[in-house]
Amino acid sequence: MQNKVEIARLETIVTNVLEEAKNQGASAAEVGLSIERGLSVTCRLGAVETIEHHRDQGLGITVFFGQQKGSASLTDLTDDSIKDGVKAACSIARFSGEDRFSGLPDSDRLATQFPDLDVCHPWELSADQAITLALDCETVARELDPLITNSEGATVNSHQGISVLGNSLGFLNGYESTRHSLSCSVIGQQGDDMQRDYWYTVARNAHDLESSRSVGVMAAERAVRRLGAQSLSSRQCPVLYAPEVAASLLGHFIGAISGGSLYRKSSFLLDALETRVFPEFIRIHEQPFLPKALGSSAYDGEGVAARAHDIVTDGILASYVLGSYSARKLGMESTGNAGGVHNLTIEPGDQDQQGLLATMDTGLLVTELIGQGVNQVTGDYSRGATGFWVEGGVIQYPVEEITIAGNLKDMYQNIVAVGNDVDLRRNTRTGSILVAQMTVAGSTD
Amino acid sequence: MWVSIMAVSALSLAKESILGPANLLEHDIDQIMGCLLGAQVDAADIYFQSSRYESWVLEDGIIKQGTHNSEQGAGVRAISGEKTGFAYSDQLVLPALLEAAHNVKAITRQGQQRRVQVASAAASPALYLPVNPLHSITDQEKVDLLHRVDRETRKLDERIEQVIVSLIGVHDSILIADQDGQLAGDVRPLIRMNVTVIIEQAGRREQGSMGGGARADYGYFLDADKGLEYGRQAVHQAVINLEATEAPAGAMTVVLGPGWPGILLHEAIGHGLEGDFNRKGTSAFSGRLGERVGSELCTIVDDGTLTGRRGSLSIDDEGTPTENTMLIENGILKGYMQDKLNARLMGVKATGNGRRESYAHLPMPRMTNTYMLPGDSDPGEIIASVEKGLYASNFGGGQVDITSGKFVFSASEAYLIENGKITRPVKGATLIGNGPDVLTRVSMVGNDLELDSGVGTCGKEGQSVPVGVGQPTIKIDSLTVGGTSL
Repeated sequence: MQNKVEIARLETIVTNVLEEAKNQGASAAEVGLSIERGLSVTCRLGAVETIEHHRDQGLGITVFFGQQKGSASLTDLTDDSIKDGVKAACSIARFSGEDRFSGLPDSDRLATQFPDLDVCHPWELSADQAITLALDCETVARELDPLITNSEGATVNSHQGISVLGNSLGFLNGYESTRHSLSCSVIGQQGDDMQRDYWYTVARNAHDLESSRSVGVMAAERAVRRLGAQSLSSRQCPVLYAPEVAASLLGHFIGAISGGSLYRKSSFLLDALETRVFPEFIRIHEQPFLPKALGSSAYDGEGVAARAHDIVTDGILASYVLGSYSARKLGMESTGNAGGVHNLTIEPGDQDQQGLLATMDTGLLVTELIGQGVNQVTGDYSRGATGFWVEGGVIQYPVEEITIAGNLKDMYQNIVAVGNDVDLRRNTRTGSILVAQMTVAGSTD
Repeated sequence: MWVSIMAVSALSLAKESILGPANLLEHDIDQIMGCLLGAQVDAADIYFQSSRYESWVLEDGIIKQGTHNSEQGAGVRAISGEKTGFAYSDQLVLPALLEAAHNVKAITRQGQQRRVQVASAAASPALYLPVNPLHSITDQEKVDLLHRVDRETRKLDERIEQVIVSLIGVHDSILIADQDGQLAGDVRPLIRMNVTVIIEQAGRREQGSMGGGARADYGYFLDADKGLEYGRQAVHQAVINLEATEAPAGAMTVVLGPGWPGILLHEAIGHGLEGDFNRKGTSAFSGRLGERVGSELCTIVDDGTLTGRRGSLSIDDEGTPTENTMLIENGILKGYMQDKLNARLMGVKATGNGRRESYAHLPMPRMTNTYMLPGDSDPGEIIASVEKGLYASNFGGGQVDITSGKFVFSASEAYLIENGKITRPVKGATLIGNGPDVLTRVSMVGNDLELDSGVGTCGKEGQSVPVGVGQPTIKIDSLTVGGTSL
């Protein structure tokens, strides 16, 4: 259910700000306004640790004076504050350079259809109910195994917000959305070895959350299975990315085919359009209109209509990921991706993680990555990893204090399989991804 | 005398810029605090903030983006035992603040209202002037500065494809009222400049990036033409990387250069010594005070009292004056970094490390400027002592798993050392190690202590704060290098 009265109130503010920009001489303007409130409760070791009440509002303004542009943002929505904000943006615009690619999106690309994406499911959650849920979840995790000796707690979050976007071409739309989550992080100990791991569930509708029991069990099992981890000797071997880390591989890919890195020539996939980037069986596409999904949206950050389309078809790069500015710089059309992609999906294969372990036979299963270690310009990749050594398709022992390295261009070409164990908890939907070969560095001889 | 006068003036300036426009009186703060305090409240505070931020970005030779951000609000917190209630409002008006206080009080369930009257806290020495960087030079001068850095950088090498120069200024005023009626305030300038270049040669492209900053106004960048130096170093880094070959994979001797490579200490040691993790027993360093965690050559401090540094604060975000805290002395673990909550629960004193990203976030123990004190060795002598290994002089970011102690940091400029000489550049790679024992393998410490140029931002539980790091050249006998060449 959308709160139409409140949305209308915020749309009026946006309209007024656009009017103010015009009054101050701007030839065009774009205004975004968001208001959010939420509750976050953390319980640790069977007691309440924090109760946080969130209440945020923010207004962003971009003004154009011909081909010059300036921006401002503010949290105080009083008339004086808005006037000052518009003035600050106008002042900056006068100092910015004439840029012939700058400006609002082409008006024929703006969204005109606003389907109900079913993203608003308010949760009448009291602090007491949130405490009960978090306590249940943490208790399950702490009692699951005697090796669980400590906890970072369980957290319940519930957020509800409205976001409105308008521009001087007449685009004006607002919608309300919700996001609820439950997470748990516990610590296992065996001798001097101490290992933390966590699990979480997130959904638009609280009814779609995993149970507190299942989150607690997953967190505890994941912490315990890491105990006794050792490093490896350096070697080359296949690497299976679990779904929770596989999404990062697709994140680097999207970064490389995004307009900003392409026109700055800071991408390892420059001029890769219509060439083979992945093996033939790979399809990667966007699904902006999935009901209830976390990345669903009818339009992008500029109001350009989002569209369901293929980014990679049969392994061939079919589309870049562009907003209006970078599209004009590259002599192309916006792909409706100002601000990012919507429910990016890599088409799952037919094997689950067990099946993929068997396919890999001997190699490394990675469940956590740390550090940055990715060079967007060259594709060189080197990150810290935690996971399991696998032989004969069976997990042998946990590993840590190792790195995995390669070049993303090769890694993408060397994908052997994508699992059907799809992680639906984020904007990138992927199963496990098996890469044929990477270099593992470790501290043992 | 001069410094303490400035400190008082920071408090009155903060009061003027926060309470003035909101028409809030000190009496209103008394009322909010009174509402917050119940019989079971051990501690409470109200954190007022008014912040202005601007950023300018030059790209393709023109000013492409400029943003001005204005933000204000207040965070209200009450603590009872280990429980914390927190709410905030971005409207600095009494009804909204009383509502926030009312929400927060629920943490303690019951309790009578107490009466409090706020009074100004004793001033601590000011480490920076309460200046507004945004107004320190005109917008035209900011734009001219960016253009000049762009032009001069492009002259350095004809293979340069792209130059991106950014300038950021923050003017942050804060007021903190606590349960004892103390009112502390600070005005915090923060500036940052960065130059990124892309260089292309025969189809191969590489990037170089360098920047710096301080708690000062923009005059800092003009004084010694620092922007041009950032440009030179960014170009140097990109050119070196054009020649780089595959980095080695495996455990080897690693020499880290002075300054920013001190990110090692931030990740391997610093986070693990923050009070919250140690109170909860979730850090690999928990319960290890007095134990050896490094060689005798290692002495490491967290020092928030350095004048004008990016990580410095006159007072932390709970009003506690910052300190120079001994973390590791001659290899022995000496102390943790504390905010008020964790200090009270551990029965030790707060060390001025209670920091928060903004009024909308809860404070927690965070680092300020973390660095290793210099040793006796000549840096050349350190390189000469290595038969085969890696010399890393510049880094991107890093990360640590507090509980297992495993940490990484990623080199962006590195060289092979062969027979005591730096021979050739290798590609960036991630270095990985174990926090509690990496320093036991430090076998040489240089006499060339440097602090970083003022670029560090630390993330913890979703909150970002500016920090500093530093170290002299150090030699680690064995550390795993995550390259691709076996």
